[in-house]
Amino acid sequence: MTTARFWRDNATRYNLIATKCGNCGKVTFPPRNVCPVCHRKSMGKMEKIHLSGHGEVYSFSVVYDAPLAFEMQKPYVIAIIKMAEGVMLTAQIIDCECCEVAIGMKVKATLRKIGEEGPGGVIHYGYKFVPA
Amino acid sequence: MEVGIVSYGAYVPRFRIAPQEIGRVWGTDGEAMGKGLMISSKSVPAPDEDVVTISIEAARSMMRRCDVSPKDIGALYVGSESHPYAVKPSGTIVAEAIEASPNMTIADIEFACKAGTAGIQMCMGLVGSGMVRYGVAIGADTSQGAPGDALEFSASAGGAAYLIGSENVIARINGTYSFTTDTPDFWRREGQPYPSHGGRFTGEPAYFKHVTSCSIGLMERMGTKPSDYTYAVFHQPNGKFPTRVAKQLGFNDKQIEYGLLTPQIGNTYSGAVPLGLAAILDNTVPGDRVFAIAYGSGAGCDGFDITVTENMAKYRRDAGPTVKQLMEKTKFIDYATYAKYRGKIRMKEGGE
Amino acid sequence: MREVAIVGIGITKFGETWEMSFREIGIQAGLMAMQDAKLTAEDIDALYVGNMSAGRYIEQEHIAALIADYSGLARDHIPATRVEAAGASGGLAVRQAYMAVASGMHDIIVVGGAEKMTDVGDAASNAIQSSAADQQWESVFGATSPSLHAMIARRHMFQYGTTREQIAQVAVKNHRHGALNPNAQFQKEIDLKTVLRSGMVADPLGVFDCAPISDGAAAVILCPMDMARKYTDAPIRILASAQASDTLALHSRSDICTFEATKFAAMNAYRQAGIASKDVQIAEVHDDFTISEILAIEDLGFFEKGQGGKATEDGQTAIGGSIAINTSGGLKARGDPLGATGVAQIVELVQQLRGQAGKRQVGGAKYALAQNVGGTGATAVVHILGVQ
Ligand SMILES: [Zn+2]
Repeated sequence: MTTARFWRDNATRYNLIATKCGNCGKVTFPPRNVCPVCHRKSMGKMEKIHLSGHGEVYSFSVVYDAPLAFEMQKPYVIAIIKMAEGVMLTAQIIDCECCEVAIGMKVKATLRKIGEEGPGGVIHYGYKFVPA
Repeated sequence: MEVGIVSYGAYVPRFRIAPQEIGRVWGTDGEAMGKGLMISSKSVPAPDEDVVTISIEAARSMMRRCDVSPKDIGALYVGSESHPYAVKPSGTIVAEAIEASPNMTIADIEFACKAGTAGIQMCMGLVGSGMVRYGVAIGADTSQGAPGDALEFSASAGGAAYLIGSENVIARINGTYSFTTDTPDFWRREGQPYPSHGGRFTGEPAYFKHVTSCSIGLMERMGTKPSDYTYAVFHQPNGKFPTRVAKQLGFNDKQIEYGLLTPQIGNTYSGAVPLGLAAILDNTVPGDRVFAIAYGSGAGCDGFDITVTENMAKYRRDAGPTVKQLMEKTKFIDYATYAKYRGKIRMKEGGE
Repeated sequence: MREVAIVGIGITKFGETWEMSFREIGIQAGLMAMQDAKLTAEDIDALYVGNMSAGRYIEQEHIAALIADYSGLARDHIPATRVEAAGASGGLAVRQAYMAVASGMHDIIVVGGAEKMTDVGDAASNAIQSSAADQQWESVFGATSPSLHAMIARRHMFQYGTTREQIAQVAVKNHRHGALNPNAQFQKEIDLKTVLRSGMVADPLGVFDCAPISDGAAAVILCPMDMARKYTDAPIRILASAQASDTLALHSRSDICTFEATKFAAMNAYRQAGIASKDVQIAEVHDDFTISEILAIEDLGFFEKGQGGKATEDGQTAIGGSIAINTSGGLKARGDPLGATGVAQIVELVQQLRGQAGKRQVGGAKYALAQNVGGTGATAVVHILGVQ
């Protein structure tokens, strides 16, 4: 049962909650307790912020050999997105043809089903990106 | 207290399938079927879309268009007949996604195609009584028609969200009236993947009787006649029924033009009147009066008499997509892709 | 710190070994290594086993004790330890054993690496391999191990003009080497067209850009240098053992075309060995995907960043080139039984330095390097070996 493991991160996956270091200003996603740059100096100064949802494609791949849980979606586009705030994350790009995706393409966040624990299990929702 | 619509948002998935394509697979004359139903295409949700994601898209668009803090929302209702869970609310996920929870009440509603408008009425009551400051009512569906069934030509997906309140109202709800009886014209039993229907029984004793009674009842109570309304929207299981009922009641084609979406996107069930009303609001100016009648099988109608206020002039409509914009963004798919997206292909389970 | 030598090696044939269980392949490699070093069970002080995921592949945890037991060591009650760092488990097991011998804690250590991957279906195996990535922030969104590497490949092509053909040449070259290795899973040469036309896995990478699913085990025996002559006439010295880590998720790095963990481990290894990258004549690098070898030969300092593809295309990394990369066939052709891979790399280098590499022998090599990677570069282990 992985319900709680996913539930714990729902707020982050629904609304792109990140952390900003109160010491150096570095934005980290997902939220962290310690800034990877400032270490101890950042403790207690990690502020939760919302990412704007806007970003651009840093790199991508089209997945043809998909995990069982993603079989129904294949082929699908997985990408590393560089967010406007500078931080990068991994997500699917949807609502466009695979051949339209390119490095540098502007995208914006939306929310979709990202998986489920089998047909009788909990459904997981989270961010995916669409062309901006 | 003046209660009405403070903001609204809509969403329609981008995939479409044509009746000709469905007919091709089942040996039916799709062209004729489409003409008979007045449906030239219907929307199809992507495999990663469901009532929750459609509701969130609509609700986020609704929130972007106004300055209401999500924390001031005291109630949220998602009306649908295709909630992704049989037990576990869709609404909690939607509320979390717009960051409205936890100080609020949430419930999922089901009344076939009128669950969304039932939510609007519930929010009106809560706002009007002062129990909550704002309420959200959403009507959304990813309805299914059994493969080969006539319903497959119309059952589609989409939804709209309404923020109901008494401050900065863009469209005042002058009155609401419902007409309800026990009429089993369409149903789905627990655990069944596809709904069943009473065929021609869904027509006269069900749709027409209820829509007509509710329309007349509402106009009687409001002291109005069809010509008093700038626009009207009726539940639209196909293009034919609302067109015919409008004519019977004395509304003209011009009045129902904006709100009639089924010919392009199919029957979005709980999303139908909420989306039709959104399409009308996209085009209104202050002073416009709107007549809306939702119908849900089983059977009942919710009617609304709405007047667009001065606030509409400064409403941030551009902060979210209009229904027209959503309807223009389309990609047609074939039946095989449709079957894949709608889970009609049996996949291997578990499988490790 | 004591100097450490390798005095025995053993390796099973990699591939789909349907008849053999995990414990059988595990002990087979170990017994071969013991035979090679003319050791008896009583001589052994400790066992280290590199293994990524026996728990998911054969539903068996606690495998170090299992291997010790089936090797006939249970009655000697030696310490038996499993080491895990995804694909770098084997290299890391060697490093743990190296530290134990160097520190004086133990004298004779058997290091095994083993993985039995074919007892589950391909889809399950892919899921297990992808669990080296960040499950909560990569895999959950549909990222797979091949697709993460495909994103590296695409970015490398974008930033440095590396071509699809250059990347594919890694597979062509490694299959050519593998054809010379009797223990390799694939002993058949392939041409460029075969790689380019192979079924797409994660664009731009196809089937022939990915290391296969393999069963296999490898083992080496470590002991202090001053005891080595007792067991072999040709001890191979471990000149350096280094390890580094990086962010688990690929997206957390500012540049995905460099594995900083490899760079750091290599930098420390070169310093420890007192040599430079140009002194290395043979290297076994972690080509779990074709693009990984291009990154490796750049990050290890063999070629300038961005030049790895061209160097491969020009034949500089083949046997007979300026540096022989993956003479064994690499993960691509020799096979990649995850936990065994890092140990198998050491076995290959020992064979080369001893002059026992048969048709794929590289002449006159003095220094050899092994680079073993976990996940998308979150762990890198680098060893440098030299002739006595
Ligand atoms: Zn900082």
